[in-house]
Amino acid sequence: MGLVQLHLPAFQVIVPMLAAPLVMLMARSPRAAWATATLTSWLTLAISLLLLIRVRAEGVVAYHMGGWLPPVGIEYRVDSVNILVLLVICFISAVVMPFARLSVASEVREDKHGYFYAAFLLANCGLLGIAITGDAFNIFVFFEIAALASYSLIATGRERQAVMASYQYLMMGTIGTTFLLIGIGFLYIMTGTLNLLDLAERLPAVNDTRTVRAALAFIVVGISLKLALFPLHLWLPNAYAYAPSMVTVFLSATATKVAIYVLMRFIFGVFGHELSFNVLEMNLLLMPLAMLGILIPSIVAIFHTNIKRMLAYSSVAQVGYIILGISFASTLGLMASLLHLFNHAITKAALFMALGCIAYRLGGVSLIHMTGAGQRMPWTMTAFVIAGLSLIGVPLTAGFVTKWHLILAALDGGLWPIAVFVLGTSVLALLYIWRVVEVAFFRAPLRRIRVREAPLSLLLPTWFLTLSCLYFGIETSLPVGLAERAAEALMGDYR
Amino acid sequence: MEWFGLYNYWIVVVLMMVGFYIVIAQGNLIKKIVGLNIFQTSVFIFFISLAKLEGGTAPIHVEGVSDYSNPLPHVLILTAIVVGVALTAVGLALVVRIHELYGTIEEDEIHAQDEA
Amino acid sequence: MSPFPFMEATVAIPLTLVIPALGAVLIALNGRHPNLRDGLMVAIAALLFATVLQILPAVLSGGRPAITLIELLPGLSMAFEVEPLGMIFALVASSLWIITSLYAIGYMRGANESKQTRFHACFAVALFSVMGIAFAENMFTLFIFYEVLTLSTYPLVAHKGNREAQQGARTYLVLLLGTSIGFQLVAIVATWWLAGSLSFTEGGIMEGHVSHALGGLLLLLYIYGIGKAALMPFHRWLPAAMVAPTPVSALLHAVAVVKAGVFTVLKVSTYIFGQDYLRELWSADLLMYIAAFSLLSASLVALQKDNLKARLAYSTVSQLSYITLGAMLAHELAAIGGSMHIVMHAFGKITLFFCAGAIYVASKKTNISEMDGIGRRMPFTMGAYLLGALAVIGVPPMGGLWSKWHLVLGAADSGQLLMVLVIMLSTLLNIAYLLRPAVRAFLMPPKEGESRGIREAPLLCVVPLCITALGCMALFLAADPLRAMLGGIFGN
Repeated sequence: MGLVQLHLPAFQVIVPMLAAPLVMLMARSPRAAWATATLTSWLTLAISLLLLIRVRAEGVVAYHMGGWLPPVGIEYRVDSVNILVLLVICFISAVVMPFARLSVASEVREDKHGYFYAAFLLANCGLLGIAITGDAFNIFVFFEIAALASYSLIATGRERQAVMASYQYLMMGTIGTTFLLIGIGFLYIMTGTLNLLDLAERLPAVNDTRTVRAALAFIVVGISLKLALFPLHLWLPNAYAYAPSMVTVFLSATATKVAIYVLMRFIFGVFGHELSFNVLEMNLLLMPLAMLGILIPSIVAIFHTNIKRMLAYSSVAQVGYIILGISFASTLGLMASLLHLFNHAITKAALFMALGCIAYRLGGVSLIHMTGAGQRMPWTMTAFVIAGLSLIGVPLTAGFVTKWHLILAALDGGLWPIAVFVLGTSVLALLYIWRVVEVAFFRAPLRRIRVREAPLSLLLPTWFLTLSCLYFGIETSLPVGLAERAAEALMGDYR
Repeated sequence: MEWFGLYNYWIVVVLMMVGFYIVIAQGNLIKKIVGLNIFQTSVFIFFISLAKLEGGTAPIHVEGVSDYSNPLPHVLILTAIVVGVALTAVGLALVVRIHELYGTIEEDEIHAQDEA
Repeated sequence: MSPFPFMEATVAIPLTLVIPALGAVLIALNGRHPNLRDGLMVAIAALLFATVLQILPAVLSGGRPAITLIELLPGLSMAFEVEPLGMIFALVASSLWIITSLYAIGYMRGANESKQTRFHACFAVALFSVMGIAFAENMFTLFIFYEVLTLSTYPLVAHKGNREAQQGARTYLVLLLGTSIGFQLVAIVATWWLAGSLSFTEGGIMEGHVSHALGGLLLLLYIYGIGKAALMPFHRWLPAAMVAPTPVSALLHAVAVVKAGVFTVLKVSTYIFGQDYLRELWSADLLMYIAAFSLLSASLVALQKDNLKARLAYSTVSQLSYITLGAMLAHELAAIGGSMHIVMHAFGKITLFFCAGAIYVASKKTNISEMDGIGRRMPFTMGAYLLGALAVIGVPPMGGLWSKWHLVLGAADSGQLLMVLVIMLSTLLNIAYLLRPAVRAFLMPPKEGESRGIREAPLLCVVPLCITALGCMALFLAADPLRAMLGGIFGN
């Protein structure tokens, strides 16, 4: 095995990490900074694909940082669960970078571009690190790396509210990660290890202690803050609404998803579903929260006229679906959640990208700006509609595949009302998406200003993701296969 | 006696609540960051104190010593402190920007300006 | 045998989808050349009909030509299979599309409507989805095309772009999509989960998999999930859709969309539940009574409406309930009657709508109270109206007689004398609300100085409506072949 192959897990994180200062040095030349960052994001995608091949062949790829064996050293561990997450992150960042050049140029001051792309790479690195590492404390550190980078990314938004949104996110996010740290500390006291694998092995012996249960509580609450589980979602709408378009695309598709992955990893992989659901009955907490989290933000979304904010609320609702799947505590439910993690990432990224095109041409993303946009920017709006249909969960789109599995999971668990609930709330998504469609396609443009279709470099990535929504809605074997294997791995023993 | 024996945890809890309270109750953005720092520091102390073994010494192999303190939490917290410092720096930088943009760092005044 | 078929049925099936889909693209691309565009449209419609005819011989000889397009998830595929009911539906829709497209050209140009290209393109997409519904092999495929039909007709309803149109279109969309996602999809998923299949199978797929109590619930979900069947209280979308230009109301909201609804009802009751199973369900009776109520009350509402299109819309609600009633009786004769009614009512109601549109184009009149004496100015139009009305009522020598005949026989044979009474009573109501405009048009004197300038609508409007009116009469002779075709599937 070649050296590169051997060290793939390390490269996955180190490549963007080392590229970040390099990009920062190019602050003078925005174009060079962008080009380097783009190449880096493609390189990380290539690495993650190579990793996928290795995971398929070997099952689990374990890598010991610096050759130190766990529990002393940090272990990077890629299995069928986190390879899915790695792929999502790399895929989205590889697609969002070509989109970024014009979008960022129009929304961020030029002398900041170098820093901007450096922060982006750091965020990327942090998220990848969270997903790849097999060490609890390392998760905390990468969480903070990703978070710090995203705070600064959000703060580069054009409006001054962006800075305030970033500040609020910083407060909530830090509390969240600190809670996580407390939980990890408890686990360490009880087991003397930070390696997730070792934790999973040693925890059953001390499962009955209050400390372990408190650890679970701290970790769940802390991560829930990061993944914006209702009612801990308050930071999210502002952060997404005021961040530059490209940042919103990236964060909405990856940041909450990674946090969800960590939640799954802890609940199923470390504590085990036996303790989490049978003993502590966390489903009794998660299920109602997920349902409220679907219902209330969906309704709120219907009344927002800022479409970016509307979609942000919709993201909170979609997190609700994922948590709902987790709360079934079954392989099918987990599979639905993992599928939605993937499908929602591409769907929401496509939607936010379409919004980015609109912001680029029309200068705003309020409903008023979009009046008659269907005539002026038909390609952009068509992409918006298709991705919107995927968000609703219309058959032949990616969104349908998850809804289908989620409903099957609900029925499997004997939860009829929830199956109906999932479908019923899809109608809410229909309502908020359709408002946009109606305004964009069935009203004449207000002003007589000439607005052209968005430039190709924005349109192509948007359509690439939009077509992915369709492709993965028809040819489902790749995501379904990955999710199935991942769900089985999580439900089985981590060992 | 046991209660008092765990006094380090009591300190942690008190500090944590103090910090948390400041974050929630204070309207001043700087004070919030201070609160956040106290909150984080309490967790650092928690980690460090749990590593201490009564009568234990630094983990250097010396003749006649059998009890060592656990060095790992110290290392971890060293990292966490760095992270905390970075967080504080970013937070303060944000506050500076907020002050430039709004002319105030009081939360309610900022919200009032945004709504106006 | 005639020169048919030119091609294998398995080739023709995908073509029935490709032709209108490609047609929509061609229409959209030729928006700058109205004549070319409209010519293309008629050609596409004719081509589609010819293609559908290619499948007929295979079906008549008892075959079930089938193809599978893609398999989405294991066991969940997009697949098509043609059986008599779908064949009939496809024939009705595609043949009437030719006539409607001629009429639409006359109407849209005569009334100077805007955005004609979008209009015609969406129309073609709607026909695309109707073909998908007609030939769907399983409930999942049908559902997809059902939704495409809703979405593609939405722009047609919202066509005018004014507040009223938007409001109407909103009601249309929310009710149709809402019920289909909220109820129908639930039922579909549940069926898949319980019965392990969604394929339309003779005798149904529920028996032995689903308890009767649960089956009854599923039936409720299905029937109310099929909002296009306009069973009360989810009928509001149909009157709301009347803001659309008349060709839409004619082909889509008297034929394609609403018939897609009742067609789905028939499909579900026959091939998902199966008549024997259906008869055992507690909710079949309940739905039968609801259909009966819907049938009568919609007639009563129609009686009150002065706006001709609104009256026709409520009449449609009422007529659709006949078909639902026929399905819920779970009796072969009633089901045959219901299926026949799809054809008979299609021809009758499209004629009536064509007439309403022709009157609008010629005189801008929409209310019945303004139509006094109009029959003298527009004899062809109003003559055709009379024939269409008689067909819907079911007077010989109109085809409508046979569908009601079978329905009544079926009801009587299954001992539902109350339903016989309901059908009789509603026929009386039909006479009252449908004949009244014709009576006023022919017998009342025109108001002073009002109808002076009114002449027949353009030829492209009048000819189609005469053709469909004659079609109503021709169908009187078609009862036997139809019955022969349908008899097989309902277990004669």
